[in-house]
Amino acid sequence: MATLNILVAVCLIYVIFLFVVAFAAEREARRGKGGWLRSPLVYTLSLSIYCTAWTFYGAVGYAARSGLEYLTIYIGPSLVMIGWWWILRKLVRIGRAQRATSIADLISSRYGKSNLLAVGVTILAVIGTTPYIALQLQSVTLSFAVFSDAGSTFEALADQESTALLVAMGLALFTILFGTRNLDVNERHHGVVMAIAVEAIVKLFALLAVGVFVVWGVGGGLSETLDKIDASKIGMWEMRGDRWASLIFLSAAAFLCLPRMFQVMVVENDDESHLRTASWAFPAYIMVMSLFVVPIAVVGLDLLPEGSNPDLFVLTLPLATGNEGLAMLSFLGGFSSATSMVIVAALALSTMVSNHIVMPIWLTATGGGATVSGDVRNVVILARRFSIAGVVFLGFLYFQLSGGGTALASIGLVSFAGVAQFLPVLLGGVFWRGATRNGAFAGLTVGFMVWAYCLMLPSFGPGVLIPETVMEHGIFGIDWLRPYALFGIEGMDPLVHAVLWSISLNSVVFFLASLIGFPTPLERLQGAQFVNVYEHTENLQSWSGSFAQSEDLMVMSQRILGAREAQILFESEAQRQGVGGYLPEPSPDFLLVLERELSGSVGAATAHAMIGQIVGGASVSVEDLMAVADETAQMMEYSSRLEAKSEEQSRTARQLRQANEKLTEISVQKDAFLSQVSHELRTPMTSIRAFSEILRDSERLSEVEKVKYSSIIHDEALRLTRLLDDLLDLSVLENGQVNLNVQTGDLGALLDHALASALTGAGSEGFTVRRDQAKEAVALNTDLDRLSQVFINLIANARKYCDAEAPALTIRVVQNGASVLVDFVDNGSGISKKDQAVIFEKFARVGEMKAGGAGLGLAICREIMARLGGSVNYLPGQGGAAFRVIVPRTLRKAAE
Amino acid sequence: MGKSVLLIEDEPNIIEAISFILSRDGWAVSTHSNGHDAVDVVRGAVPDILILDVMLPGKSGFDILRELRETHGPESLPVLMLTARGQLKDREMAEKAGVNRFMTKPFSNAEVLEAVRDLVDA
Repeated sequence: MATLNILVAVCLIYVIFLFVVAFAAEREARRGKGGWLRSPLVYTLSLSIYCTAWTFYGAVGYAARSGLEYLTIYIGPSLVMIGWWWILRKLVRIGRAQRATSIADLISSRYGKSNLLAVGVTILAVIGTTPYIALQLQSVTLSFAVFSDAGSTFEALADQESTALLVAMGLALFTILFGTRNLDVNERHHGVVMAIAVEAIVKLFALLAVGVFVVWGVGGGLSETLDKIDASKIGMWEMRGDRWASLIFLSAAAFLCLPRMFQVMVVENDDESHLRTASWAFPAYIMVMSLFVVPIAVVGLDLLPEGSNPDLFVLTLPLATGNEGLAMLSFLGGFSSATSMVIVAALALSTMVSNHIVMPIWLTATGGGATVSGDVRNVVILARRFSIAGVVFLGFLYFQLSGGGTALASIGLVSFAGVAQFLPVLLGGVFWRGATRNGAFAGLTVGFMVWAYCLMLPSFGPGVLIPETVMEHGIFGIDWLRPYALFGIEGMDPLVHAVLWSISLNSVVFFLASLIGFPTPLERLQGAQFVNVYEHTENLQSWSGSFAQSEDLMVMSQRILGAREAQILFESEAQRQGVGGYLPEPSPDFLLVLERELSGSVGAATAHAMIGQIVGGASVSVEDLMAVADETAQMMEYSSRLEAKSEEQSRTARQLRQANEKLTEISVQKDAFLSQVSHELRTPMTSIRAFSEILRDSERLSEVEKVKYSSIIHDEALRLTRLLDDLLDLSVLENGQVNLNVQTGDLGALLDHALASALTGAGSEGFTVRRDQAKEAVALNTDLDRLSQVFINLIANARKYCDAEAPALTIRVVQNGASVLVDFVDNGSGISKKDQAVIFEKFARVGEMKAGGAGLGLAICREIMARLGGSVNYLPGQGGAAFRVIVPRTLRKAAE
Repeated sequence: MGKSVLLIEDEPNIIEAISFILSRDGWAVSTHSNGHDAVDVVRGAVPDILILDVMLPGKSGFDILRELRETHGPESLPVLMLTARGQLKDREMAEKAGVNRFMTKPFSNAEVLEAVRDLVDA
């Protein structure tokens, strides 16, 4: 009773001590002090979480049962550490370059950031780790039970389940407190790491103390103990090569793949150089840990009664010899082993669960992007905390269900074999660029199925999860599918059998599926980042280009900026640095300048990603790629805007071309007009000149001839004058410079005057004019002289061109609202349709009309009517030639 | 009877003037005043020389000349072309069509007479 009370008290004090240590470490780290927190020693000690309660208690049990085979569990990790240069360094480098938060994150990141893969790895990791957590709970509970048996029964604590529950709750609380205090981008937890480092020392010290006590206190000295070892069957155990090989492989694989190992080894790693120290310090640590395992086992078997649980020799030996203080220390060692494992495992798993399962679901449920602006931080922390509690509780549940019956070591090995399934995918991803997401999926699935079927499910015992018939005759009665004899290979150790089949099938399927499939661009990119990680990240500390190839930068810049511009940029920088040639040192300053230059061309995100690619130090994240895509979209929009602009320009060009065509046409018309004018002027002048010369040069001219020729000259001179008048008139009218002289008058009077003017001289006698003078009594307010000019022209045309035998002109007046319609219709043969189209053009004389006009009359009429706000048009279908004049009764000012 | 001249011209006063000048010099002058059937008229009674206006109703002097040259050969009928359109390109067109002499209006009576004489003598 007293012992148990003291034990509980010591336990509590120890836990409080751990809290204080963790808290202090956190505070130091936050203050920016505590460089010692990041020492290689602390790193090495934190790796000791590999040695769980299973190793602390179980190794002795293992040795008692299977002799030296327990050493394989230590040899595997030691080999990994000693060969750190080969795999570990690369993993750490990649993990840091990619900012991997967990092994699930790293694997998904490698295979094209596939969250589905991350979810798969997470679930498998949880399945693989839960028994292991249960194992730790069991060991703590068992050790409590040992004390309660030794003292008096203490009901509450003797109840194994409530003990386990209390321990689980305590561990969950600790993990939540120190594992989710802050959300660091690097996911470093100084408090936790410090606490487990302290625990590492405690468990080493405890085991050494027990060992020293056993050898020198109980066994009677070193030589006697060695004799005992020689005498015991442990020393005679034969080595089974296949089992040793598989166990060494398994422990090495587990060391690399266990989520908690990844956490301390990669995620919590502060400095790559710590690996160098750990490479010898960690093997040394576990060697010391294993030093007294055999003596304790031998002495325990020798001293303690038959049937004692060898897994608890470390506790029961001091107790049996009445050394309660040492037993308590031993208990603390086991307690430390168990708690540190559970804490880190819960931390690692919760990161995976919250990042890859809870957060995606939460983001989808809350509508994704819209809520990201809110405090996602709190949600993440909450998710982390619930995940921790969930993971620990799951371990407790497993512990409760399994009843804590099976030997510790076997649970541990089953777990090892489970997480070892990550190995092909992990190594393949790190060393083989051809590995694909689908390959990883297929390999993992097959590996875990084989593992579950051949090892995990049977491990619960025959008939529990797998029916005995299946064990004996295979699933569906297929003989070669027996869990312990896959493909008919019998007589193998179940563990070796399961490891062999699961890992080899896993690897083969992974390899083949990768070969068949085709990696996505992102997978390709990440594959290159992983496999060639050394080429990109020689110096992780700063955005420094010490490793960047200036030439690579040059080539990239030339592609983007253009050869000349890039060369100028590089040369000037080289000059500034005082370096010869055109390749400057890629100093951080220069890289910034270059990034700015590039971002002008390709956008900031793309430029950053590109430089990152070459310089290293930054990986291309999904966010980067999204930003690149955004920029591309913007550029596309910009270019489409440019396209629109160029379309606008081509429209303008088209308009210009049309305007030009119009101008050309006008120019052609002008030339034609001038040519016409020239012709019209030259014709009368030809007559005038010819007859003047005749009059001048010819003798013997009759008087009649003289008169006749003089009249021709006279008439032609008049014709010339008229032509010039018309040209001037037309020019004035067309240029709109005409001054209208608006007067009020009567339409009838105006027609009288026009008829009188037009019908003078020879040929007017036989010409009949029909009018309805009653309708002509319309008052007009317009330029009467100009209107009269139009009338005269039309009447004169009718008189000149009407080809009827008894030419007659009908003048009809119709009032139409504010306008008056005046039609002039003769009884001739009219004007052909073809000619109707051109009669209003300048110099348009149709047919053989040779009545002395230059062909400007109707053109002038049209211009005049336009000025008067009316019109003059040919009126078809009237028998003879017909023109309609429409004139507003009152000239509106606007028409001027 | 002197040699024959066919004058194709639509301006009555010019017909009268040229007829007067040539008649006085002893030429047998016949006239025609539109382009439509000018070619037929020429073929009906081929003159010693043709005086051709350009701007004729129905068919231009250029077209008439081209048709004549195609049926009679370039040199067989001397043609004097008179036009009021004094532009360079008209002269080029006339020469291309196979004109023998090209003169712009207004012309000198003496020059016309001399040209007619030259063309017939040559």
